[in-house]
Amino acid sequence: MKTVRLMTAASLLALGVNVAPVCAQEAEAPSAPPAGDASAFAADPAARGETPEAQKGYDVSARSDRTDVGFGDSKVAAKMVLRNAAGQESVREFTFSTLEKVDESVGDKTLIVFQSPRFYDGTALLSHANILDPDDQWLYLPASKRVKRISSDNKSGAFLGSEFAFEDFTTTELNKYTYKYIGEEEVDGMMTDVIERYPRYEKSGYTKQRAWVDQDIYQTRKVEFYDRKGDLLKTLTLSDYREYGGIWRSHLFAMVNHQTNKETDLQFEEYQFKTGLDAGDFEQNVLTRLR
Amino acid sequence: MPAKNPMVATLSAGAVLAGVALSATSAVAQGLEVSAEVSAEVRYFADGPLYAGQLDRWQPSFVFEPEILWSNEDGKHQVAILPFYRGDTRDEEREHFDLREAYYRFNSDNDWSVTLGLAKVFWGRTESRHLVDIINQTDAVEDIDEEDKLGQPMVHFNVLKGWGTLDFFLMTGFRDRTFPGRDGRLRFELVVDTDDPIFERDGRRAAPDFAARYSHYVGSWDFGVSVFHGTSREPRFAIDQAGGRIRPVYDLITQGSIDVQYTKDAWLWKAEAIVREGHGRTFFAGVGGFEYTLYQVLGTGADLGLLTEYQYDDRQDGIVVEDFGAENAALFPGGPPAGTAVIAAPITVADNDVFMGARLALNDLQETTLLVGGTIDVADQSTGMFVEAERRLGEDWAVELQARLFLNADPDNFLFVFREDDFLNLRVTRYF
Repeated sequence: MKTVRLMTAASLLALGVNVAPVCAQEAEAPSAPPAGDASAFAADPAARGETPEAQKGYDVSARSDRTDVGFGDSKVAAKMVLRNAAGQESVREFTFSTLEKVDESVGDKTLIVFQSPRFYDGTALLSHANILDPDDQWLYLPASKRVKRISSDNKSGAFLGSEFAFEDFTTTELNKYTYKYIGEEEVDGMMTDVIERYPRYEKSGYTKQRAWVDQDIYQTRKVEFYDRKGDLLKTLTLSDYREYGGIWRSHLFAMVNHQTNKETDLQFEEYQFKTGLDAGDFEQNVLTRLR
Repeated sequence: MPAKNPMVATLSAGAVLAGVALSATSAVAQGLEVSAEVSAEVRYFADGPLYAGQLDRWQPSFVFEPEILWSNEDGKHQVAILPFYRGDTRDEEREHFDLREAYYRFNSDNDWSVTLGLAKVFWGRTESRHLVDIINQTDAVEDIDEEDKLGQPMVHFNVLKGWGTLDFFLMTGFRDRTFPGRDGRLRFELVVDTDDPIFERDGRRAAPDFAARYSHYVGSWDFGVSVFHGTSREPRFAIDQAGGRIRPVYDLITQGSIDVQYTKDAWLWKAEAIVREGHGRTFFAGVGGFEYTLYQVLGTGADLGLLTEYQYDDRQDGIVVEDFGAENAALFPGGPPAGTAVIAAPITVADNDVFMGARLALNDLQETTLLVGGTIDVADQSTGMFVEAERRLGEDWAVELQARLFLNADPDNFLFVFREDDFLNLRVTRYF
């Protein structure tokens, strides 16, 4: 039985693949948000909450999220550098393709294809993000030509042994959280809005996240993750923002785990947008045609 | 934004990488990508040989698998060439070359594609047995788990739409199943004479095979429905007692199948079923069960998966036809040689068996995994067990340790022929 490879990969890659959406959501919008597009979305009342702090927190996040509207689709090459407390490094490389969601009741579709380590060359992971339901995910194993639907239950598990959890990639959709506005704070010379967000989906490894969103181009600059005990677990710093025709993307996601002192850098090459991808490129059986 | 096009194919030191070039209209990597895997392997059998001529204990071998992939800039045209070579000094039947894949594919803008050449296709859901998977012949000298497949010549038309996937196959150039030679272990007492097979169909290997499949998903359900009409990949056996050999018999069959998976939280529920006509009485076979994963067990990053599947098969593989009958007699134009007996259906051990397994994935930097499993016959308790452990060694190496044990094999169970073939296999792979 060669299930070994299959299942290894399944667990390793059982990530929910929405790295691009991480950027998509966190990396928000241009200084002139497309108000017309944004107003096309109706806020989810359950996510927006009732108190003024909750609603302001939601609105700051929504403004950030919705300025990303219209990116269409994107492709980008990525490199993940894992570093342990002793400074030893290990590298994984892959490409991301993302198709923008049709509305806020569903999530983006993402395809990740691995290039290295060579052990995983050609292995691919397809994810259709949902809001409160578990994401739909399929894994492709090139040696056996097998497309396998996998569980997306492992939200708090480590993605490819890194300091990123699966949910750090998959649960970036606006309505997966409720919010609370905390206040303003200066970060690296930028004024930011500080918000807290609380997972609405099940099986999160976090009780809350605290995010700093700048007031100029509405980008997320920093996120703190608090574990189930409420202790600070990790800090994510997003930098090297570049603009693509009004769409902003961070090209360096640096995650530091304060409890283990391990670090992971997720580096992106230049993005390509509106490359002509359509829903057919994100059907599960397209995985058999990748190579 | 300036469309940056990193379409550079870099060739380096026999290995390669076309890198992460991204194509314009699909998610297909573009350019030329050449790579290879080389593995050194050694099998150690715990017991001496049971049958005359078999190798004793040690069986070293190696595998060379180059991989050449090419795609044009917009991903419409793809070529893949994946040769396979196993060198084995002990068993000449196991030393073999195959083109696992050698095809050209055209991907249209309208979500259809055509593949021409030798290709591999997988159908199915379950882990312990692949009943539905019928396109490719099993490369049975590689291992007895039926996971290794030979390249199949085909024209494959594929349509991918929002309502599902349709596949049509026209195949010729039948591939004979491989079997260990006289020197090899993991065989019957009589050697399968792969040079002298019997075909029911006049065209023999040239006779065309047809297959079609519809597959899709709805919510948490993934499913497929397939049909196949052509030469059976599984041979049954004509036992030529006078000649002291087994001849494979390839029948014309028609098979219909369904496969389904339901995914809920950490549970994967899977089932496959087939109905096949063509080896004597039409028969049914099914396999079904679950895979349940415990994530981050014992406070570590490791995952523990638990698998259980039940296997059922009502084919008549226990029946030896002595007097033939018209259908079997026709296989021997000059009349069957004296002393020839024919088994009514291809043999299987999975007639009424339970498979249980556990997989541990450490999720460490070296991706260490351990898989332990066993299949036990409900009626006679004959048991086949295996252990597979695998990890990467740095960026370019991997090591795998495998063991198979045949326990409590009942003389009436087909596993009985392997009763002295418990082995350990160590494989070290270098990726280029």
